[in-house]
Amino acid sequence: MTPRDRLRRLTALVRKETLQIGRDPSSLLIAVVLPLLLLFLFGYGVSFDLRRSPICLVVEQQSAAASELTASFLASRFFSVQGAVTTRDCQEDLVAGRVNAVVVIPSDFANRLYARDPAPMQILVDGSDPNTAGLMANYISGTWQTWQAIEADSRGRGVAPRLGVTARYRYNPEKESRNFLLPGLVAVIMTLIGTMLTALVVSREWERGTMEAMMATPLSVFELLLGKLIPYYLLGMAALGVTTTIAVWLFDVPFRGSVLVLVAVSTVFLLTTLGQGLLISTLAKNQFVATQAALFSAFLPGFLLSGLVYEIPSMPWPIRLFTYVVPARYFVPSMQTMFLAGDVPGVLVPNSLALLVIATVLFAVVAKKTPKRLDG
Amino acid sequence: MEPLIHIDGVSKVFGAQPAIDSLSVVFEAGRLNGLVGPDGAGKTTLIRLLAGLLKPSAGRLRVAGFDPVAEPAGLRDVVAYMPQRFGLYEDLTVMENLVLYADIRGVVGTERRQTFERLLSFTDLARFSERLAGRLSGGMKQKLGLACALVKVPKVLLLDEPSVGVDPISRRELWRMAADLVGQGIGVIWSTAYLDEAERCDHVLLLNQGKSLFSGPPGDLTAEISGRSFLVRGLGSERRQVLQRALKHPSVIDGIVQGANLRLVLAEGAPPPTPAELGAPPTASLDPTPPRFEDAFVARLGKRQTGDSPYAAREALGTAGEVTVEAKGLTKRFGSFTAASEISFAIKGGEIFGLLGPNGAGKSTTFKMLCGLLKPSGGIARVSGFDLMSAASQARGRIGYMAQKFSLYGDLSVRQNLDFFAGIYGLAKGGVPVIAKMVEAFGLGPYIEVNAGALPLGFKQRLALACATMHDPAVLFLDEPTSGVDPLTRREFWGHINALVGRGVTVVVTTHFMDEAEYCDRIGLVYQGRLIAEGSPDRLKARSRTGACPDPTLEDAFIGLVESVERNGRGHDAT
Repeated sequence: MTPRDRLRRLTALVRKETLQIGRDPSSLLIAVVLPLLLLFLFGYGVSFDLRRSPICLVVEQQSAAASELTASFLASRFFSVQGAVTTRDCQEDLVAGRVNAVVVIPSDFANRLYARDPAPMQILVDGSDPNTAGLMANYISGTWQTWQAIEADSRGRGVAPRLGVTARYRYNPEKESRNFLLPGLVAVIMTLIGTMLTALVVSREWERGTMEAMMATPLSVFELLLGKLIPYYLLGMAALGVTTTIAVWLFDVPFRGSVLVLVAVSTVFLLTTLGQGLLISTLAKNQFVATQAALFSAFLPGFLLSGLVYEIPSMPWPIRLFTYVVPARYFVPSMQTMFLAGDVPGVLVPNSLALLVIATVLFAVVAKKTPKRLDG
Repeated sequence: MEPLIHIDGVSKVFGAQPAIDSLSVVFEAGRLNGLVGPDGAGKTTLIRLLAGLLKPSAGRLRVAGFDPVAEPAGLRDVVAYMPQRFGLYEDLTVMENLVLYADIRGVVGTERRQTFERLLSFTDLARFSERLAGRLSGGMKQKLGLACALVKVPKVLLLDEPSVGVDPISRRELWRMAADLVGQGIGVIWSTAYLDEAERCDHVLLLNQGKSLFSGPPGDLTAEISGRSFLVRGLGSERRQVLQRALKHPSVIDGIVQGANLRLVLAEGAPPPTPAELGAPPTASLDPTPPRFEDAFVARLGKRQTGDSPYAAREALGTAGEVTVEAKGLTKRFGSFTAASEISFAIKGGEIFGLLGPNGAGKSTTFKMLCGLLKPSGGIARVSGFDLMSAASQARGRIGYMAQKFSLYGDLSVRQNLDFFAGIYGLAKGGVPVIAKMVEAFGLGPYIEVNAGALPLGFKQRLALACATMHDPAVLFLDEPTSGVDPLTRREFWGHINALVGRGVTVVVTTHFMDEAEYCDRIGLVYQGRLIAEGSPDRLKARSRTGACPDPTLEDAFIGLVESVERNGRGHDAT
């Protein structure tokens, strides 16, 4: 058996797999349609920022100050304002959740303002979603403070505060949540391809009896596995390329790292997902079980326990502990760092090392567990 | 000289159950070696052991000079294996499959070109080289599987049930190919549940429950029972009743319906019964006939069937002579393709009607329209006078349906399956006594809490029949009911069917099994979407009687009829 024979066999397996990916609707669904769907869903639909939040502005006084304040709420891009004359008018909207907050400019607003009352107006916030409530309160008081400063300035009574605090958001100055969601989403998409699709196609070979036929040929188990790894590695990297391009070009997500480092770190992550996919398929030899196993052991943890959607430090400790074996937990922050901050070795090196350890363990188990015969 | 395959005291145990039980046998090169036995006999396990896919639990195995477990690389270079499900990639084309196997086996350059040319003409697949393997008919898939196994000429060719689900024409072609390979000095192992195939092998290993019942030339086994096979002719319409009586006669150890006649095998040294002893009409005669392999196989197993059935005791339906199933101009089009065209026939109560035809001929389509699973594009299907489209629920209440393969819920127990079917047939209240009767009649008692999937095959078959007939249907549809089933289970099954028919139940059956077709009163042969012939098995046989073939089997008749249509069709094209 010459190396040329080996190479020919491997090429044949990779070509076969490529043809199959192109012809099988379920492969195309998982490799192309689902990633694009997720990308556009997260790019356009899901956002953790408030933009044009509905509020109700109750203006009880018709003074110059009151109408100036009203104008600055109307001008803010954070709010979509609906007006009212009494608090009672919009109480119902607040209860029904049609507005997130009610801002009341009281009938004695101007007097309180000039009397230097620290709280000349009233804010009622819907607290059912604490996250939104906090943001609303911040945005409203921000608008209020900005107006106050401008107002004081225009009167020439420049009582500038002796100490000013100016917040500057580094790395994501626009505070766009998609700037950190989309890079993190690559982890989910690679998990789909590396784990779900790989587990699916290998278990399909068991189910349809082609694995048995292949095992009866001179192919070694090692060649069979490599014949699966190579095409799905390439497919995963292609998905990375497409996702990154769309994120940067269409959604204006900054990319501050280098392509080389991106490819290197993603490769290590993709290896963990491929290892997991192969492991699932050696244990579950039918497509249904393989898909379920991939969904629960890879896709959902990649989504929920990677820090992409929920902050890991705020999880209960047993779950926090569990996240250490979720490969995506190391990859999501790496991706966010590469996109938003650049190649920061302090983040990338320890995370990549952790991924490398996981990948090594997975492949060791796969090599040990993969049957060389039908009975093990 | 060392034999090609040497099996020495080999056992293979799964869990506690031995699938192969201390088997010792030798297969020679240049021979067609049949591996014959009922489902679950251990055929697939033995072939996988030979292919090095399983490790024997005990014993010594040598294949073409290699130990399959210790020297897999050497073995796989000289052994070609076609698994039961062909090992084809269905989303690759014929050519892509061939190229894949050629690459894997290192067949390149001119050698590859010549091999492909030879294989494509050998299998007659050249016209379809760009077609996806999944779009091929069963017979063509089988041939492609064979071609893929043969890209490199092997010393040993292992074929696991290559003829299952394949129509008689493709089966015969496949057989010819195998014989051709044997002529080139290759040792072929051909596993099959069809006993008529065993007869044509050079050497047969008869397996039952992992043990060898017989190993040698098939003629040696049939010679054991020479002079004990008889045909009872001239029975008129009473052959089923006579069969029941014959099976109770002390001299008779086996009996089946063969067209209008009965085939009986007598016990060793027993005197042949007179027609009167069998309660046959005076016109009947008992004539000796050459024994078949199946006769000898059943005699070897030594188990007697009784022909008794719980259905015999039930009251008659009073439908005898009435038309119960009617097809009028049944047509089904899928897009521009006409799968069934203008099919018409009428079946009377108490009649067994067989639908036969090659794979893809339209037989299943017709069958599905008859039992209301498929909506016809034109024409009418009626059951007991009810139109299956406009009065579907009335019609379906009178239908019992037994699907191909095992279609009960394998994860439910026998009782749960029975309860479920009683429920869907609306027997919820009256179901309890019916279920109790079924359990008693079919002897399902000991298995009542066993999951259906874990039942022995014969009991699965009984349970399936019990579920399909629980609501006492007037018409029973059977879709390849006994394919892959051993001869004894098949006999028991047909015993029940005969009893049902005796009460006036109408039976419609599709089959590839010529033995099964022999049980039918009438056969409709479907080819290219049309009903090309209709009549009793004997009439069809008579139609294809020629000088060269004075006593055609039903298979000969089948092939002859299809080929004559083919010739006429081509004649039309030419003019």
